[in-house]
Amino acid sequence: MTLPAATLEITPTAPLGFSGLARIARRHPLVLIGGGLLALLIVLALSASLYAGDPGNMDPFKRLQPPSAEMWFGSDHLGRDVFARTIFGARISLMVGLASAACAALVGLLIGILAGYNRMFDNIVMRVMDGLMSIPTILLAIALISLTGPGIGILIVAIAIPETPAVARLVRSVVLSVRERPYVEAALCGGARLHKVLWRHILPSTIPALMVQGAIVCASAIMTEAALSFLGAGVPPEIPSWGNMIASSRLYLAIAPLTIFGPGICLAVTVLAVNLLGDGLRDMFDPRAKRRR
Amino acid sequence: MRMSGPLLKVEDLTKHYPIGAGFLRKPFSAVRAVEDVSFSVEAGETLCIVGESGCGKSTVARLLMRLVDPTGGRVLIDGTDIAGLKKHELRAYRRRMQMVFQDPYSSLNPRLTAGQIITEPVENYERLSRKQREALAADLLHKVGMSPEMMHRLPSELSGGQRQRLGIARALALKPSIIIADEAVSALDVSVQAQILNLLMDLQQQLGIAFVFISHDLGVVEHLGHRVAVMYLGRIVELATCEALFAQPVHPYTEALIASAPVPDPTRVRLEAPVAGEVPSPINPPDGCAFHPRCPLAVERCRIEVPPLVPMTDGRVVACHVRAPASGLQAQSAAERDCPTVRLAGANESIRKSEKPNIT
Repeated sequence: MTLPAATLEITPTAPLGFSGLARIARRHPLVLIGGGLLALLIVLALSASLYAGDPGNMDPFKRLQPPSAEMWFGSDHLGRDVFARTIFGARISLMVGLASAACAALVGLLIGILAGYNRMFDNIVMRVMDGLMSIPTILLAIALISLTGPGIGILIVAIAIPETPAVARLVRSVVLSVRERPYVEAALCGGARLHKVLWRHILPSTIPALMVQGAIVCASAIMTEAALSFLGAGVPPEIPSWGNMIASSRLYLAIAPLTIFGPGICLAVTVLAVNLLGDGLRDMFDPRAKRRR
Repeated sequence: MRMSGPLLKVEDLTKHYPIGAGFLRKPFSAVRAVEDVSFSVEAGETLCIVGESGCGKSTVARLLMRLVDPTGGRVLIDGTDIAGLKKHELRAYRRRMQMVFQDPYSSLNPRLTAGQIITEPVENYERLSRKQREALAADLLHKVGMSPEMMHRLPSELSGGQRQRLGIARALALKPSIIIADEAVSALDVSVQAQILNLLMDLQQQLGIAFVFISHDLGVVEHLGHRVAVMYLGRIVELATCEALFAQPVHPYTEALIASAPVPDPTRVRLEAPVAGEVPSPINPPDGCAFHPRCPLAVERCRIEVPPLVPMTDGRVVACHVRAPASGLQAQSAAERDCPTVRLAGANESIRKSEKPNIT
């Protein structure tokens, strides 16, 4: 769970140290806000068991309570603490979001680079990608989950598959434009092997686009997971997830209208944070913007 | 010809770019970018290739480096044909021949430092320690007249002239015996052009590197070249020593090219519009001599038959039926002399066919 977070968060800032971080924060406030929010959510989700109560603990006498000092987000129809469930649900949302984004980005990057460099592979695989693109995410996820039974792994795969073609197309288009640049030809003239040209001269140019696309995929994956759980096709119902919490709160909206806000606001804030981070990263990676010092 | 043979020998190099080719689709036509180009370069010599935009100069450079595969012909380095080599065999020959690119802005990776850029070619062949790499970078920067501190700069922090010096340093890194410079100074200011040209000439004297210098700027060519090849629509029309070419151009195109070059002398009288018309399309080049639609000297034969490159008494070669008629050559055998008449007979139909477009 920390691995995809690391690819999104640490890579751009790692070689810079503290002063570099401060500079990025000053120059790119979107990265600071989005990254900060996301980091806060990740820390809260990981340390959930330290401060939040048991999300599965039922208290029949305290059903559908409004928010109070004891239960910050109120309680649901089985008397479970909505705050604890929201915090534990963040684990699912973030994990599914980040893991599907990482899967889609990695597979898409690989396919995109190969397609950008090999005509034959391009012609065949990109037609398959076009086909995949036409499959609706939710339908594919429901189909896959009904085949294997509910589970987080299959959910991640089901969300990543339809997102991959977009990443692959994006990377391919970047590779196609970069491979014709004179500095790539110069590298070939200098005797560089193909894998080195790809790694040193072409791959870095795809990272900004990949970051932005990764953030978009991550945000939409979080939304898709919530939608699937809302429909009952996502994570198993005993595991708290924002989607299935919103679904169950919906039934009691007239009696306890406030219980839906916890997971709902968290979902909105998380998606917003990821999108802000993606926008900020795009600006940060733009070499033309970097030149203006 | 010398006993050892030339360093670089190009024979009948041809490149056609297919048009309309696609997945499982055959091309319906082709751009004839380079046609039957032959020349040779001796060690330590500069051969300039001149011609106007679109005449195939840059394609020749790319073919020499095998950035594109030729449609036909051979490129021999010390007798080895690199046009037929496999990719991994080619790597060994890449060391012998390096290239300086036209645009010093796009030919340097904006994400790498100057030191990384110029040492990369060496690191493709051998592993360098950090110290070795810095020493190599400092040495290369010194060779092109830059201070070693520059190695930590990004290309975006350097001027155009400094960037082009980096491009030259990168080309020098592998100690090549020949450097191909494709319009290496045309993107620079005139004052910087002179610095870079002098740098190239100094390097040639110190290191004995041969240059293939591609340019459209006759002033630059006159300053630099030992020999000059003039290209028109993918073919070499005249190849002569620099002095001879500028003193007495033989091919009418060379003449027009030299006459049209601006000279910084207000008192000089210039010919008005030395040649009329536009360069024809290389997709559908004119029959016979490609220059005949614009040539003031064109005769019937120019429309039918492609003029061969004919050696003249002063050692130059010229492709022109009028100024350098092939029949005047003593070395020609009887069989070869018969050849044009045979072709003439067969080409009678094509005269009739080509007559219409020629009139309009």
